[in-house]
Formats: sequence, C-alpha cells, structure tokens
Amino acid sequence: MKFTVQINEGPYTHEAADTAYQFTKAALEKGHEIYRVFFYHDGVNNATRFTTPPQDDRNIVNRWSELSEKHNLDLVVCVAAAQRRGIVDEDEQQRQGKDGNNIAPGFRISGLGQLVEGCIQSDRLMVFGD
Amino acid sequence: MSVKKFLYVNRKAPYGTVYALESLEVVLIGAAFEQDVSLLFADDGVYQLTKGHDTKDLEMKNFSPAFSALGDYDVNKIFVEKESLEERGLTLEDLQHLTWEDEDEDWAEKDSIRLVSRAEVGELMETQDVILSF
Amino acid sequence: MILHTVNKSPFEKNSLESCLQHAQKGSAVLLIEDGVFGATKGTKISDRVSEAMSNDITVYALEGDLKARGVADKVMDGVKLVDYAGFVDLSVDQDKVQAWL
Repeated sequence: MKFTVQINEGPYTHEAADTAYQFTKAALEKGHEIYRVFFYHDGVNNATRFTTPPQDDRNIVNRWSELSEKHNLDLVVCVAAAQRRGIVDEDEQQRQGKDGNNIAPGFRISGLGQLVEGCIQSDRLMVFGD
Repeated sequence: MSVKKFLYVNRKAPYGTVYALESLEVVLIGAAFEQDVSLLFADDGVYQLTKGHDTKDLEMKNFSPAFSALGDYDVNKIFVEKESLEERGLTLEDLQHLTWEDEDEDWAEKDSIRLVSRAEVGELMETQDVILSF
Repeated sequence: MILHTVNKSPFEKNSLESCLQHAQKGSAVLLIEDGVFGATKGTKISDRVSEAMSNDITVYALEGDLKARGVADKVMDGVKLVDYAGFVDLSVDQDKVQAWL
C-alpha cells in the first residue's frame, strides 16, 4: 500500500511528530511504500537542523533525516507554512534575502500542491496532529 | 489523473489557532487539481463561517472573505452540521451566504452551504476517498 | 469503512465524543496518544465507549501509549490492543483514515 503522511505539529511539543515517525517506520518495515511525508502548520519545525535536544532523549529531526536517507523518502515541508515559521533552505534564503538557512538534510521545501498530489497518488492519507 | 472524493474536515474555531486559515489555503491550492471536493464544518469549525469577523483589535488578518471565493474555485459542496450550530446557539442566518454559479444552468447563482444532520455527516464521511484534517 | 483515530484525551477535548457520534457501524476507532484514556475502565465516558462497542464499532488502543501513561492495566473489556505494526495493518484493512484532532 502507498501512504502519504501529513504531520501538523512540531517536535517535542506534541506527540504527533513521534507517532507519525513510528507509524512511518512500521509501515516501511512491513514493506509498504511511503509516497510522501508532508509537514504542515507547525510540523515544518521538524525540519530545522539547529535543534539540540538532550542527549538522553530521541533526536526527532535527525531520525527523520536518517530514515529519509535509508529509505529514500520524500520529506516535504510546506513553503507557505515554512515562510511563516522561519524554516529556510538555500533557495528560500536567496529568494527572501535571509542571512542564513536552517533546513535539515533529507527535507525539501515545496508547495501545498505536493500534499494534494500525495493524496491523489497514494492509497491512504495518515494525518497526525493536535 | 484520477478524480478522488476529497473531504476537508474543519472542526476548529478561527483565530484561536491557525488551522482554519491554513486548511483553507490547502483547499484553494488544491482546487487546481480538479478533484471532487467537499468541505465539512462541524463542532467549533462552524465558527469559521460566521458573518462579520472583525479582527482589528487582534491585529490579525481577517481571512473570512476568502470563503466567498470558494465558488469561483469550483468548491461548492460546503456541508455545515446542524447540531454543531444548534449546540452553539447559531443558525444558518449567522453564517456567510456562500454561493457558486452553475454554468450548466446559465450561470444561475446557487447556495454552496448545505445544512446536514450529524447522522448525514457520518454517512457523508464514508462516501469519501480521502479525508484531510487540520 | 473508516479507521477513525482519536489522539486527545476525552477529558480534555470533545474529539472522542464527536468521533463516536459520527462513526458508522462496522467502522473502527483507534485511540492513540492521550486518546488512550478513552479506553480505560471506570471513567465518566467508559459507558459511552462500551455503548459504541455494542453498536458494532470496534475500538482499539495503541499499547505503547497506554504503557507510557501507566494505565495499561486499566483497559476496558472489549478494547483490542495494537502496536505500531498493528496500527499500520488497521489503516490497510479499512478503506480510509479519519483523524479526529
């Protein structure tokens, strides 16, 4: 089965970011395809590489980057939501005249159309939020 | 591209959280994909459609005018749950009058909002292919 | 039929109540995150959940979330426990998923 996973909340504040990750990992282990993981609303905050969580707890951002690399996942961060919340890649840095960028490896910034397209192409949409 | 039945579920009030605004943005962008779109407003989501939003004191953008553009985006199946209105002391009269123009009937103006019972909403959900929640 | 997921506590939000008011016979409800409190015995909404189960709605709870909250020994009779792999299976077995946030 092909899944699109939508994540509405950021790391640590809501369990949504964790549940989404555990679901995605379990689905991959069962041999399903993850067509896209789409980060919306505060979910875009899962994509900053500047987090420094305590050493004795999970590193939410890094484990998404690692899962993405291992399984060649498409982790998409909504551009509109990212602009509101300050998640920036090199292109956005240039385009918006910012003095830096903060996107973590494995993530890309793109439009809301990617969520809708994911829903069309996938068999199931999973939404994790508050 | 195949046509799927999309249901956007709105259960949260506007302004207290961002979900109302950002879910509307998905609907407007999603319109380009020409799917079979329905919007559902239930629970506190019905507050998104009330008339006369005045956000001046909050210094927040009043995005409610965007709802009246939905008809132009071919989004004309807007389901509002009756019991959710009643539980909140609201009637259809308290909501914006949203319309669309039916090109198959000489561009006749029609109401986009359909008042439905909770039972009908439960059945509506089962008829959809993909359900988005915010 | 729909797999309904409920992730908020029934004592905090109305998501579970709203879900149960809309879920059709033959559908499944999966309680996750703080929603798992809806699966515990002797609460003010336990009867409501029992009623749903007797109306042909299958109720599941994510075991990991129950254990994390120290209430895994308080699960109501009739509620089935699943792990994340089971969650995936449920989403495959039903036609679509609705998240009650």
